[in-house]
Amino acid sequence: MKLLSCKETTRLISQGLDRELALGERVALRLHYAYCVGCRRAGRQMEFLRKAVRELPART
Amino acid sequence: MAAPDDFRRQVEALRPYLLRFASLQLRDAAAAEDAVQEALLAALAGEASFAGRANLRTWLTGILKHKIVDVIRRQAKEAPLAEEPGEDLEELDGLFDRAGHWAERPAGWADPDGALEQAQFFRALEACLARLPARTAQCFMMREHLGLETGEICKELAITPTNCWVMLYRARMTLRECLQQTWFGK
Repeated sequence: MKLLSCKETTRLISQGLDRELALGERVALRLHYAYCVGCRRAGRQMEFLRKAVRELPART
Repeated sequence: MAAPDDFRRQVEALRPYLLRFASLQLRDAAAAEDAVQEALLAALAGEASFAGRANLRTWLTGILKHKIVDVIRRQAKEAPLAEEPGEDLEELDGLFDRAGHWAERPAGWADPDGALEQAQFFRALEACLARLPARTAQCFMMREHLGLETGEICKELAITPTNCWVMLYRARMTLRECLQQTWFGK
């Protein structure tokens, strides 16, 4: 399996928030996460964005 | 079930929340007002269908979401938003080197859940949202604020799934960068 770049990985992380990733995509993502702290952080931060936007209307 | 006047009062009391909800998506006070007005009319006419449901705000928000999508659909026909940078995502190139690795590795965010307790954080988030290109913001908010599936977004905006994913990706990358600069990196 071809290793993903960080650019490809972040695209996949984002798509994972919008569609079900294929098995191969999930494996490639895990593999990349195993050695890339930058993408792990970016992934957590994109998930956090979702949470923050959901709380937005209740805040003024 | 509440008496009609009582019901009307409870519904009216939620108007400011609903207006804010609609404004976050539509970015236009008059359009938001229209959507809320239509939602309230529909709610008052359909009071019976609320009977027995737990949460009035949730129920009203559900009605409002449909009205907001109606407004988006009308706007898409009457005054479509300008096209934006294509699928090459050039504006994100600076984040990565030629091999596609981080030019600068993202920093960890300390206590993001703590940020959710602070009104100022939400102002920073709104400021970052306001900086997104209009179509990108519209697509992102349909997904994360209205909670629509990408299939529905594609249908309403007449775009392809790939186009939709690209806009969502651009929005998320831009927002995380913006929050890094204006909040978490401070």
